[in-house]
Amino acid sequence: MISITMTINGQSVRADIPDNTLLVDFIREHQGLTGTHVGCDTSQCGACVIHIDGRSVKSCTMLAAQANGRALTTIEGIGDAQNLHPMQQAFHDNHGLQCGFCTPGMIMSAIDFVDNSDNPDEAAIRDALEGNICRCTGYHNIVKAVQAAVPKMDQ
Amino acid sequence: MYETRYTRPSSTGEAAEIISAADEGKLLAGGMTLIPTMKQRLAAPDCLVDLAGCGLGGITDEGSSIRIGAMTTHAEVELSGMVQSAIPAVASLAGGIGDRQVRNCGTIGGSLANNDPSACYPAAVLALGGTVHTSTRSLTAPEFFSGMFETALKDDEIIVAVSLPKPVRAAYVKFPNPASRYAMVGVFVAVMDGGITVAITGAGQDGVYRHDDLEAALTADFSPEAVDRVTFSADGLLSDIHASADYRASLIRAMAKRAVAAC
Ligand SMILES: Cc1cc2nc3c(=O)[nH]c(=O)nc-3n(C[C@H](O)[C@H](O)[C@H](O)COP(=O)(O)OP(=O)(O)OC[C@H]3O[C@@H](n4cnc5c(N)ncnc54)[C@H](O)[C@@H]3O)c2cc1C
Ligand code: FES
Ligand code: FES
Repeated sequence: MISITMTINGQSVRADIPDNTLLVDFIREHQGLTGTHVGCDTSQCGACVIHIDGRSVKSCTMLAAQANGRALTTIEGIGDAQNLHPMQQAFHDNHGLQCGFCTPGMIMSAIDFVDNSDNPDEAAIRDALEGNICRCTGYHNIVKAVQAAVPKMDQ
Repeated sequence: MYETRYTRPSSTGEAAEIISAADEGKLLAGGMTLIPTMKQRLAAPDCLVDLAGCGLGGITDEGSSIRIGAMTTHAEVELSGMVQSAIPAVASLAGGIGDRQVRNCGTIGGSLANNDPSACYPAAVLALGGTVHTSTRSLTAPEFFSGMFETALKDDEIIVAVSLPKPVRAAYVKFPNPASRYAMVGVFVAVMDGGITVAITGAGQDGVYRHDDLEAALTADFSPEAVDRVTFSADGLLSDIHASADYRASLIRAMAKRAVAAC
């Protein structure tokens, strides 16, 4: 067992967990934050993307212990049904989702990209979403949604 | 995943001690290769030694070369102004690895230690004539890379940094596997003060290697047309579900032409 402390969505969290606990399992099973999804076993789908200290990472490919002492944001931390984040609103407005399984990861990847990119044009958006797989939409509306969110996030 | 013990020492000395004392310890860097392997139960280390607290990050200009700390992430190399101006081919190589999330975690030290036959960095280190600095010694690239997934590293030896000599010009072009972005074939062409070097990744059964015939042809005539005059044999090349040896031989030609044109 190992003791960890971290901030999740602004709340301080402390827990004793088995050393081999994956971060995504800690988030979903221990913290009950089930918006972060698991879509694959090969670190390729991006359904599990969260932010650590403002950078997007795949929480299925990291131990909870590696996140000890750091600040995490999950999809639950960026907005809620009454106050959607501009990226969530843009996915809604542009029909950027169908089943919604990939959406939390898409949105977390897209926010990291827009926050940290000088030139978020279409080619850069497609490149930035390389690590996120969607089986429904065909990506076009996702790219449109991210493009629409850029000016809103700059405000 | 099997049970394990997680440790995060604060120096390489301490890390080496923990790893020597463990039955089957493993160093943990970005985890982008090790954690998936553990999830699939292909690796079952009884102890993990996370190098995150050992101060192995940072990029420095050493005059004729750039020194990159082992724990420097692919994203940090991609976005480093120093790497972008001294060896732009390495910045763009790093920016083409996997995806944004893999680049935010994966490290140059982890990539070199793993020596995956399809990894990108080994081609840069071999073509540029880089040096791998470990906790106990410094190794030239040919001394370091010793075969597919094999290196000269001992079990308790830790990569601390790699020095990459600045080329006159260089370019890296790969044909990425459409799913993973690993190189099906990657060609790194470097024009160094001492001559032209070409390293191939993704293709060789023994991992990364230098292509003597290409180097000779490009020394005589540095042009994409010169690449066409070289014969590319499939002998010794990998054949797997992604590509046959013949296809890889033809990809070497195509990627080499693009790399020369981009130089
Ligand atoms: C979806 C996906 C796509 C990818 N695409 C590419 C790609 O296009 N090109 C490419 O080159 N790679 C690719 N990779 C691999 C990626 O670059 C990894 O980051 C890298 O191979 C391993 O680095 P790491 O820091 O994650 O190491 P880890 O996974 O933590 O460790 C890997 C191995 O190296 C050892 N090790 C780590 N650091 C050290 C050290 N300092 N000294 C000694 N031993 C050490 C570990 O013990 C372990 O055996 C991809 C990975 C994924 C998951
Ligand atoms: S669950 Fe697929 S990348 Fe994490
Ligand atoms: S909306 Fe269904 S997987 Fe993307």
